[in-house]
Amino acid sequence: MLRTGRPRRRTSRTGVDWFLTFLRVALLTLVIVGLLAFIWQEIDTDNPFARWANPDATGLTGAQFRGLIVSGVAQGCMYGLIALGYSMVYGVLGFINFAHGEVFMVGAMTGMITSNKLADAGLWESNFIGSLVFIVVVSMIVCTLTAVVMERVAYRPLRGSPRLIPLITSIGVSFFIQNASIVLLGPAAKAYPDVPDWVKDKHTFMQIEGARILVVVVAAVSMAVLWYLVEHTKGGKAMRAVAEDAEIAALMGINVNRTIVRVFAVGGAMAGLAGILWGILFRSVIHTTGFLPGIKAFSAAVVGGIGHLGGAMAGGITIGVAESVGPLLILEPLGVSGVSQLRDAVAFAVLIGVLLLRPAGIFGERLPAEDRT
Amino acid sequence: MTAVMPPGTATAAAAAPVPPAPTRPVLARDWRRLARMAAVGAVAQIFIALSNMPVRLDERVVVKPVLSLGYLTLLIVPFAAGHRVGHQIKREGTPVHAAGAHEVAGGAACGALAAGGLSLLAVLLANFDLREPLVNWSPMLAELLAFGNSTSFAVVIWLLIGAAVGASGGLMRLLGPRTRRAAVTIAITVAGVAVMEPLVVDLAEGMGLEALTDRLYARRGGLEWVSALVLAAVAGILAVLGRGRLREARNRIAVQEGAKRTRTNFGLILLTGAALVILPLFAGKLTNELLANVGLFVLLALGLNIVVGLAGILDLGYVAFFAVGSYTAAVLTAATSPRIHPEMPWLVALIFVVVITGLVGLFIGAPVIRMRGDYLAIVTLGFGEIIRLLFLSDWLSGTFGGSQGITKIPGAGIFGLTSVAGTDPRRVFYLVLAFCAIAIYVSWRLERSRLGRAWMAVREDETVAEAMGINTVNVKLLAFVVGAILGSFSGAIFSAKVGSVFPNSFLILVSIVILVVVIFGGMGSIVGVIAGSAVLIGVLGGPKQPGLLAEFSEFKLLIYGALLIWMMLARPEGLIPSVRRSRELHQEEMAQDAWLKGQVEDDTANGDTATAPAT
Amino acid sequence: MTATTASAVTRPLLETRKLSVDFGGLHALDQLDLEVHEGEIVSVIGPNGAGKTTLFNAITATVALSDGDICFEGASLLGLDPNRVTARGIARTFQNVRLFANMTVLENVMVSQHCRTRQHAFGALFYTPSFRREEAEIRERAEKILSFFGSRLMGYRFDQPAFTLSYANRRRLEIARAMATQPKLILLDEPVAGMNPVESAELTGLIGRLRDEWGFAIVVIEHHMDVVREVSDRVVVLDHGTKIAEGDYEEVSNDPTVIEAYLGHGTETT
Repeated sequence: MLRTGRPRRRTSRTGVDWFLTFLRVALLTLVIVGLLAFIWQEIDTDNPFARWANPDATGLTGAQFRGLIVSGVAQGCMYGLIALGYSMVYGVLGFINFAHGEVFMVGAMTGMITSNKLADAGLWESNFIGSLVFIVVVSMIVCTLTAVVMERVAYRPLRGSPRLIPLITSIGVSFFIQNASIVLLGPAAKAYPDVPDWVKDKHTFMQIEGARILVVVVAAVSMAVLWYLVEHTKGGKAMRAVAEDAEIAALMGINVNRTIVRVFAVGGAMAGLAGILWGILFRSVIHTTGFLPGIKAFSAAVVGGIGHLGGAMAGGITIGVAESVGPLLILEPLGVSGVSQLRDAVAFAVLIGVLLLRPAGIFGERLPAEDRT
Repeated sequence: MTAVMPPGTATAAAAAPVPPAPTRPVLARDWRRLARMAAVGAVAQIFIALSNMPVRLDERVVVKPVLSLGYLTLLIVPFAAGHRVGHQIKREGTPVHAAGAHEVAGGAACGALAAGGLSLLAVLLANFDLREPLVNWSPMLAELLAFGNSTSFAVVIWLLIGAAVGASGGLMRLLGPRTRRAAVTIAITVAGVAVMEPLVVDLAEGMGLEALTDRLYARRGGLEWVSALVLAAVAGILAVLGRGRLREARNRIAVQEGAKRTRTNFGLILLTGAALVILPLFAGKLTNELLANVGLFVLLALGLNIVVGLAGILDLGYVAFFAVGSYTAAVLTAATSPRIHPEMPWLVALIFVVVITGLVGLFIGAPVIRMRGDYLAIVTLGFGEIIRLLFLSDWLSGTFGGSQGITKIPGAGIFGLTSVAGTDPRRVFYLVLAFCAIAIYVSWRLERSRLGRAWMAVREDETVAEAMGINTVNVKLLAFVVGAILGSFSGAIFSAKVGSVFPNSFLILVSIVILVVVIFGGMGSIVGVIAGSAVLIGVLGGPKQPGLLAEFSEFKLLIYGALLIWMMLARPEGLIPSVRRSRELHQEEMAQDAWLKGQVEDDTANGDTATAPAT
Repeated sequence: MTATTASAVTRPLLETRKLSVDFGGLHALDQLDLEVHEGEIVSVIGPNGAGKTTLFNAITATVALSDGDICFEGASLLGLDPNRVTARGIARTFQNVRLFANMTVLENVMVSQHCRTRQHAFGALFYTPSFRREEAEIRERAEKILSFFGSRLMGYRFDQPAFTLSYANRRRLEIARAMATQPKLILLDEPVAGMNPVESAELTGLIGRLRDEWGFAIVVIEHHMDVVREVSDRVVVLDHGTKIAEGDYEEVSNDPTVIEAYLGHGTETT
């Protein structure tokens, strides 16, 4: 939709177009050459290219590779859950709620505080599942409130203003929440209490850690619930109607304000859930926890196609797998050293690449009427 | 906005002397409003207390025995709540009521309830221990809240203080506009002089006026209460005597046109320039350091202003150009640079800096420039982060030193005459000043050219701009590159000043701070951007640079965030807006004003005149 | 299709061949052939949704063609960016007036001369004589164009932001802006929509003068039949993206297919 403005067959190419074509080709070549080099390296570790590009390269064993994919998928599911919030808000209001990543951080922080209190009371060890459900509920409630307050205070007064204004405001909100966390809770990283062995250890099934299975299962279930809510309930239909055209929806008797609040609430709840999953996976949280996952989740929403629920999830998994596998799969065989430092760079590169190659995302975007052209 | 003033002030002036307009009856919605303001105030109050601001700022005394900055932060909320609760929403057709006693009463109630948050907190502090998640849940805070007495004392005293402060907030509504202005002037003067203490002391030393500052300030910081009173009196008298003379002068300049206006402007610029050249000579190291820091951010903000303010491209990765400028200058001038070390003179290196940053600007700009505005923002942010990660990575550490950075960068040599390094902030300031002058000139000239008009058109409506024959891609890309180059100047000076570059000097938060500066000052307004940097960077400090209120360093980012939200909600056009921006954001109001002034004509009014000269 | 006017001998200024635009299965334009000759005023009429504005969008390259070709002065416009189309000499106005609302009246006209002027950053920075000369020319031309509309866009109004203008004046300023791109062909999208009869009559006169004094060829989309009758040399009727009739006003207004397409609306105004 982004490019309806242009005739399909372009004959007049400006310098910028040539450059973009070059970039697209270069990006694809890089990926393909990297992949081929990786495969070659896997077949024959002593091949001349591997020795030329990176003498220390060792290649990956099957188990390592599987491990990377699994951790990528688990992380991707988390990004997907956060991405839902970005996607829904963008679909309805047409702006990027930059502070959504901070809601996720608030969720992780809430989980940390509650679980530590539970651990002090001894409940965490004695009834892990129960405690987990409890912290999920608390975190979802807190995040829902955060998101709703955010909408009420910062975004509602700005409805209808030029589209960059709410975006800038949301940057301010993000900055504020991050730093509020520093001044209230301190700048140090804080740990979750220890989790039972079955969560930590690798299972006989595919040698996957329990936490990752948990993350994937929870994400899948909540995704299904959300899909049902949006597609089959009255509230969900109202959301879709407002996303299509808020004005007409209002004329049809839909309470637009309430619907928008609901969108923020659902997004917040999902972010809260994702926050707990983060806590279970990494067992540590700090005020910057929300920033990068937030940006990556937004990338996921774009990659999947803004406005699509399933797209957000698919985009999340794409980004998760890409950043976990990409550096070792593509960059290392090309002779880049210290690739794990470039994880985040790869995640951003995926976003840039997708916007260069297919700006509407994998599944195409669904946008409010006025944002289409 | 300005046009609303005359009728507004006229009614207020008319209401004050003769028959007092009837005071408005208290309605149910006023109670709701009171409850809401009080609740918000109480939450804000608890938040401020738990943020440790009062404890940390308690050491900074404003007026010697009475008031510390810590307590001041606790008084602001009840005051604002008390003032705000009496706010009448002015709608067309509703009569403007004179403020009466219940404004004061309401203010007192609201203030008391807001400060009641602290009372509640004092009780909680005494009975619970929440130190676990909340790091500032400390006996120190309890002691501060209770003024060293018991908890019950704290409960009562804060309610009383809140009521008093809230009432004075409400009282502000009773004052005539002139008195109110005088009161505001007094408050600003006292606070300003207290805040600028290091600066004033430093300057006074340079000019041999220590005797004066010794009298003004207490030995361990803060105004003496006597001098505070004197200062307040002087400010009050000046405000009453001055009575809008400044405003008159400004209006006189504003109505000037053509050559006369140009001459006045030129004179003003010359005067400011001269002051800025002379000032550092009297100032000590501290002031010059501050000036240099402010100058660096002015330079960055002017660059970003071209991108955001003129062309309307929200670039969140602006720090990338700052980083590229710094690193290029560092690699080219420093002998310690790991791989390439040509040890060029700084000015020669600057040419390469410009070329390289320009290319990087093109490289980043080309893929993003066709994107929708908000996608562009996120993608530029991504690029900013990628560039930092690349500088940080082991992969390129052979060239850029990785996390070790590049150190021992020599100062900037100017034609072999002098060398500008961080050890002499005065020279740094002069260098920065020179580049700021260039940046200002560039922004000013470009804004008033064919290119500047095209930028404006693109900002207004890209589709139409393209239909009117503007190559939007090229035009925007050019804005991007010009902004990048201005940012790189700042980077090159930065590396020479600090003497070392590390990847973590170029976090995304630097971009955000620059953005806050631009927005706070006023997007698209050169004067505004300069004022914005002076106020924010000068007082609060930059991401790593301390400002005048060094005690605030923990909280400045929090304040930046809050400020960004508040500016967007309350005054999106910024402190000193460009004419055009405020038009854009207040289109409806201005259209109404124009209509009131009869500037929008009926079409039938001179419908015939058009056809008459045609034949 | 076969125009019988004398100018048919020469090459048409604008020519569309089998022009088609699809919006996801909907044929907004379907195999449309259209010619516009130099110095000609062509009206495009048709019921709502007939594809009139899409035709303009297709010509000015703001919408993608699915088939067909557009030639201007014998050269294809296919694949050009909108700004290049404007540079070739086609200017347009918008149905829902789209001015640069916060720029002044004068600036609106000045900025539209962008593609006819050359001075770049260098000239602006060093304030070269050629820069000053060009700025003066731009301003002069802008004033000349604005004076075409009588006194109502002149004088103090130069420096007023465009959004303070009345509706009719905004429409006029849009036409001025189109003129400022120094086109050979102007596409006017419902130029008198929302105007009262006096204004609309006056603007009808202006359209004629645009051709007579400035030599533009003009394509007008219009719903007001009296305007169409007044200005057009030729009328093209669109319905569902295809041309259902063409000819002078009398021919077209008596054409049964046209009357059918309009359900009687076409005859009402005659």
